[in-house]
Amino acid sequence: MSEVATNQTILVAGGGISGMTAALEAAECGKEVVLVEKRAALGGRVSQLYKYFPKMCRPHCGQEINQRRIRANRRLRVLTLAEITKLRGAPGDYTATIKIAPRHVNSNCTACGDCASAVSAEIDSPHDYGMRKVKAAYLPHNLAWPQRYVIDASIAGGEQGAAARDACRYGAVDLDMREETIELKCGAVIFATGWRPYDAAKIQPYGYARYDNVVTSVEFERMLDPYGPTGGKLLRPSDGAEAKDVAFVQCAGSRDRNHLAHCSRVCCMASLKQSMYVGECYGEDARATIYYIDIRGIDRFEDFERQVRADERVRFVKSKVARIEQNADGSPVLHGVDTHGARRYANTHDLAVLAVGMQPSVDANEVFEEGATSVDASGFIQARDGENGNDGVFAAGCAADALDVNRSVQSATAAALRAIQVVNRAARA
Amino acid sequence: MTSAVEKYRNNFLREVEANVEEGEWVKMCMQCGVCSGSCPLGDAWEHPPQELFMMIRAGKRDQVLASESMWMCTSCYSCITRCPRGLPITHIMHGLANYANRLGIAPKMNPTRRFAKIFWDNIAHTGRVNETKLSLRLYFMDGFFTGLRRAFAMRKVGLGMLRTGRLNPLGLFRAGGIARKGELRKLLARAYEIEDARKNFGKRN
Ligand SMILES: Cc1cc2nc3c(=O)[nH]c(=O)nc-3n(C[C@H](O)[C@H](O)[C@H](O)COP(=O)(O)OP(=O)(O)OC[C@H]3O[C@@H](n4cnc5c(N)ncnc54)[C@H](O)[C@@H]3O)c2cc1C
Ligand code: SF4
Ligand code: SF4
Ligand code: SF4
Ligand code: SF4
Repeated sequence: MSEVATNQTILVAGGGISGMTAALEAAECGKEVVLVEKRAALGGRVSQLYKYFPKMCRPHCGQEINQRRIRANRRLRVLTLAEITKLRGAPGDYTATIKIAPRHVNSNCTACGDCASAVSAEIDSPHDYGMRKVKAAYLPHNLAWPQRYVIDASIAGGEQGAAARDACRYGAVDLDMREETIELKCGAVIFATGWRPYDAAKIQPYGYARYDNVVTSVEFERMLDPYGPTGGKLLRPSDGAEAKDVAFVQCAGSRDRNHLAHCSRVCCMASLKQSMYVGECYGEDARATIYYIDIRGIDRFEDFERQVRADERVRFVKSKVARIEQNADGSPVLHGVDTHGARRYANTHDLAVLAVGMQPSVDANEVFEEGATSVDASGFIQARDGENGNDGVFAAGCAADALDVNRSVQSATAAALRAIQVVNRAARA
Repeated sequence: MTSAVEKYRNNFLREVEANVEEGEWVKMCMQCGVCSGSCPLGDAWEHPPQELFMMIRAGKRDQVLASESMWMCTSCYSCITRCPRGLPITHIMHGLANYANRLGIAPKMNPTRRFAKIFWDNIAHTGRVNETKLSLRLYFMDGFFTGLRRAFAMRKVGLGMLRTGRLNPLGLFRAGGIARKGELRKLLARAYEIEDARKNFGKRN
């Protein structure tokens, strides 16, 4: 790969919705593009959502179209299990260090699943934030592209790995694969490395680490997915009882100097959306309460907010929750003051969902040579104005800011256009 | 024109910023309510911190300064550790109380205010706290019989303190304190002067 990539190649790091979009836009304009994705499959965090606001469609639709476009494009090469760890150089002349983890499965794989049947060892499912176990020979998720199994490194060297190899009729299991590190030349780089949820255990008064029925918003998405850990049933983790009365705790770790100083922008809309999930599961019996500082349903999302506010099953309490306790039957009890009237409350719910903040998934200081790019106070990557007013490193989607899918895709298209200009300049030089 | 503008100008917020310890932080409050929800005093507050901050911004000068609320603060620091905007809430509570007291608007009979006054007079007099005098003045501040009743109720604690040497009965008759009391008083007088000049207060009584 390092031989074929040139100073006119655009490297896209991260294969979520933003990275796929940026890579496709550039490749469809005739540029050579390499897309590297750390996980075993493309799709990023969107593939872990149950539904998307504002149209409430399943994440499949956008994903399938992008996969078709990728398959159809010969200028775009995709590396999975490939993580960018270092970047050095200047516009038109970058070298990226890519660490490739072994899949132990080659391209012969038909995703038949025989290896999984032959294996008994289990691992925490990365796709489900560890909420369930999966076999150590697994397909990352239903929509995974490439549709190819992974033999987890924990079994590759032992009997279980051998059993998987012996079960495969296509000679697809290769237990000798090792971790590799390659260097890749490129002319411009787009960081679409996305976000990760803020560690909820750090918000000590909310008891995420202590109470089973306090979950995060990203886990809640998995609970609703028909292919997820609960088969789409909304049940309490502690006792499997129906969670009909759900509290949403906004700004959990965002807008807070003790945690993330920025507003994560998406979580108000995400909780409005998730309150609809409760209604979907329990109809007239559903109850949702949103505890908020202010609801940030900006511009056209205001209609969405109005629609939820009109639903009598959804209650709004203007208050940042002060602390969460647990009662005898394991129900979370939320304490705080309703700032409309300064009334104290101690409200019991079946389940509390923390609307956790989004933070950048890569630490730019580790990846970049000093001064190679700039980040804002929260660590989101900002395009740097170089000598010619356009440096060669750009950020797209949630690597650049806390953005919803629509805005991520817009920023990805913009990043692709700017990267194209850089490699065009390199070609003329 | 100017009077129309003046009408909407919030002078009390500015007054707090200028004259209250840490008062310049008040405008940073985003009214999230975490401080009020975290305060162990719970329903005992008439106006919990977040509400006081709102009232300051709304210009409710008399209601804020005459309030018992900020005198309730026990300095537990729960609110400070949780405030997402980093307001030094505890210090603002004490700053407000101090300011109201200085203006003479603070509720006269508020027990915290009275204790604070007794404590201050006690320590400013000799440079050391005289526990015996302090407890006696505190118990007897509402008259002789109430004092006896209070002292009787607290007898176990008092005897314990006597036994462990924390309360010296002779302290009642001895002046005690630091060596150069005169210096301390001069120092305090100068500090008052500086503060009063900065905040434009009249003479102390
Ligand atoms: C609870 C919740 C619900 C949400 N619901 C909605 C919704 O309904 N509608 C909506 O529009 N938005 C929603 N969002 C926001 C949405 O998830 C983001 O807009 C979207 O994920 C952004 O995509 P991305 O490609 O920028 O980042 P990501 O989805 O995070 O993708 C980044 C990719 O980069 C990879 N990567 C990371 N580091 C490296 C590296 N060093 N090298 C190589 N690859 C790397 C990751 O593995 C990942 O695949 C929600 C967010 C939350 C928190
Ligand atoms: S590795 Fe082999 S056995 Fe496993 S899914 Fe792929 S083809 Fe089937
Ligand atoms: S989007 Fe809403 S919940 Fe998320 S940080 Fe901003 S205000 Fe808080
Ligand atoms: S916790 Fe801080 S920001 Fe929130 S209401 Fe109290 S003082 Fe204001
Ligand atoms: S420091 Fe004072 S105001 Fe703050 S929580 Fe404790 S008692 Fe309440």
